[in-house]
Amino acid sequence: MDLMEYQAKQLFAKHGVPVTLGVVVENAADARDAAQELGGRVVVKAQVKAGGRGKAGGVKLAENPEEAVAKANEILGMDIKGHTVHRVLIAPTADIAEEYYFSFLVDRANRNYLCIASIEGGVEIEEVARTNPDAVAKVAIDPLVGVDEAKAREIVEATRFPAEVADEAVDLIRKLWTVFVEEDAGLVEVNPLVRLGDGHLEALDGKISLDTNADFRHTEHAAFEDSAAADPLEAKAKEKGLNYVKLDGAVGIIGNGAGLVMSTLDVVAYAGEAHGGVKPANFLDIGGGASAEVMANGLDIILGDQQVKSVFVNVFGGITACDAVANGIVSALGILGDSASKPLVVRLDGNNVVEGRRILEQANHPLVTLVDTMDGAADRAAELAAAGSEAKG
Amino acid sequence: MAIFLTEASKVIVQGMTGSEGSKHTQRMLNSGTNIVGGVTPGKGGQSVDFEGASVPVFSSVSEAVEAVDADVSVVFVPPKFCRGAVIEAVDAGISLIVVITEGVPVKDTAEFFAYAQSKGSSRIIGPNCPGLISPGKSNAGIIPADITKAGRVGLVSKSGTLTYQMMYELRDFGFSSAVGIGGDPIIGTTHIDALQAFEDDPETDAVVMIGEIGGDAEERAAAYISGHITKPVVGYVAGFTAPEGKTMGHAGAIVSGSSGTAEGKKEALEAAGVKVGKTPSATAQLMRDLLQSQ
Repeated sequence: MDLMEYQAKQLFAKHGVPVTLGVVVENAADARDAAQELGGRVVVKAQVKAGGRGKAGGVKLAENPEEAVAKANEILGMDIKGHTVHRVLIAPTADIAEEYYFSFLVDRANRNYLCIASIEGGVEIEEVARTNPDAVAKVAIDPLVGVDEAKAREIVEATRFPAEVADEAVDLIRKLWTVFVEEDAGLVEVNPLVRLGDGHLEALDGKISLDTNADFRHTEHAAFEDSAAADPLEAKAKEKGLNYVKLDGAVGIIGNGAGLVMSTLDVVAYAGEAHGGVKPANFLDIGGGASAEVMANGLDIILGDQQVKSVFVNVFGGITACDAVANGIVSALGILGDSASKPLVVRLDGNNVVEGRRILEQANHPLVTLVDTMDGAADRAAELAAAGSEAKG
Repeated sequence: MAIFLTEASKVIVQGMTGSEGSKHTQRMLNSGTNIVGGVTPGKGGQSVDFEGASVPVFSSVSEAVEAVDADVSVVFVPPKFCRGAVIEAVDAGISLIVVITEGVPVKDTAEFFAYAQSKGSSRIIGPNCPGLISPGKSNAGIIPADITKAGRVGLVSKSGTLTYQMMYELRDFGFSSAVGIGGDPIIGTTHIDALQAFEDDPETDAVVMIGEIGGDAEERAAAYISGHITKPVVGYVAGFTAPEGKTMGHAGAIVSGSSGTAEGKKEALEAAGVKVGKTPSATAQLMRDLLQSQ
C-alpha cells in the first residue's frame, strides 16, 4: 500500500525523523485558516498516491492566505495520473540551502535491501542516474545486520554528503532505517531531503510503500487506507475478500491463479482485436477454492460493472476440481437469479474436466456457453461483448 | 535425475496437522512422495493416519532429521510463523525447503533467505509458490500430479496455475521436473537457478520458462541464457495488458513506470534466442514443434 505524503510524514515523525507536518485540509476555507496559522506564506500540495505531482501542477506556492484559498481551489478535484485530489497539505515554506535524494528499498535482484542516495536531489533520481551516474550511490544492506552506525557512515561517505552535515545524516539515516524495518515498508523515499539555511537536515517530502502481507503485526496501518479514492467495485470486492482490479473494457474476467488471470486478460485483448477492439474489464482471481459462494460473489462484482457486456470464466483445475467449479457456476447463477443478465463463456480444463463439462451441459443455462480451449473461449467472449456493445448503440 | 527433487528425497511437512498441510500431505503421498514425517511443535510422538500410510509427527525439524533422516521440508505454516519455521529447517540442515505459505511479509523472507545463504547448505523455493514435482518420482507441494506424466521437458514458472496449464498442454511429452518459484518480490530460487539446474540435468532436453510482469527477473534470466544455457528454451510472459501501478494478484506483479513490462521481458528473451509464445497454447506449440524437429 502506497502512502500519501502527509501519512509518510506521520510515520517519519513517529520514528524521530526531522519533518514538518503541516496541516491537511479538504476544502479551501480550511486552507485559509491553515495558511493563517502557519504564518501566511505556504506551499499547497496535492495529496495523492502518485508521483510527479509537481509536474502535474499539484504543488503550488501561495504568498498569503487568500492565495492559499485560490491555489487549494485549483488543486482540489484535480486529476493526477488517474487519482482525484481529495485533500491538500498546507506546509510552511522552507529555507532550502541544498536538496538531496535518499531511499531504502527491497532489491529483488540481489534478494536483500538497497540504499540509493545522491547529493543531487529534488529531481527525478532516474534522470540523475542517467545523466550523472557517478552522483548516485548504491549501498547493499544485509537484512540480518541492518543499518548500524558503521553502515550509516558508509552510506554517508558513498553519497559524499558535505562534512558539516555528516553526523546529522548518520543519525537521520538510522532513523529512516527504523521506519523501513519497524513499519514493514518495501520503500522509504525522501526527495528532497534538504539542508536548511540553519544547517539542519529535514525530510521535506516523503514516500512510503507498506507491505500489506505484514498487516497482521500493524493493525494501526488500516487507518492509512484511502476509502474515498478506491473504486467502489474494488472496495466491494475487498470486503468480500476477492482479488479484483477494475479495468476499462467490456469483457468481465474470472479465473483462478494470478498468472492465469493475467494471461487471460492478454488472450482476451488479442482476441478483441478481431472484434472492434474490445478489451478485458477487470482482473479477478478467485484463487484455489472456487466454491459456489466465491463464484457468486465474483459474478456479482463483475455484473455490477455497467461496462461489462460478456463474462469469461477461465478455470484450470489443478487443486480445484472442475466439477466443483461447474457446480459453483450453476449455483451462483441460481443465487443471482435475474441480476445475472450477461452471457457467460466458460472454459474448464484439468482435474475432473469431463464431469465439470457434463454438469454445465446438463444445466443448459441459457446464458452459458462452454468452449474447449482458452483461445477459443476468449474469442467467443470478445465476440459476445462486441455484439452486446452494438446492441446498446 | 530430475532437478532438486528425486525418488530418493525424504520429505517432511512442517504444519502437517493443519487443514492445508494434511490435505496436501495426502495428495503428495498419493503421487508417490516419500513422506517420512510431519513437524508440529508440541505434537511430537503422535502419528497421523493417511490413506495408505501412517506418518509420525515430530516436535521439531531436528528431531525429524535425527529420527528419519529427512532432507526436504514442505512448509505450510501460517505467515506469521513462516520465518521461524524456515530458520528451524535451515538449522536442522534440511537441504531443500519448499515454502508454500502465501502472504509472508517481504522482510521475513529477506531475513530467512539471508540466513539460509549465510549457512550455505539449504536451497529455498518460494514462498507463495506451488512447489515442485518430478513426475513419477516425488512431489513436494501442491502441484497436481495427475495432469501430466514423466518426460524430458523442464518447466520453471512464477505462476502456479500457468504451471499446471503448461504441464497439461504438454502432457503427451511429459516433464523431468516442474518448479513453481512463486511471484513474491524476494524468492529463494530464481528462474536462473532452475535454468542452470535443468542445463546440468541429463534427463532434461528443453525448458519452458514462464514469467510475468514486475521486477527484472526475466531480463536477468535472458542475459543468463545467452551466456550459460545451451539447451533450447521456450518462454511465455503474462501481463501484456496490465496497467501501470496496479498490483495483479502476486505481490511482485506490478508495472512501475517503464520497468517490469511484459513487452520488455519478451524482447529481452527473444534477443537471447528464446522463442516466446503469445499465449500459453502458442507457447506449448513452440515447444511441441521444437521437440518434434529433434
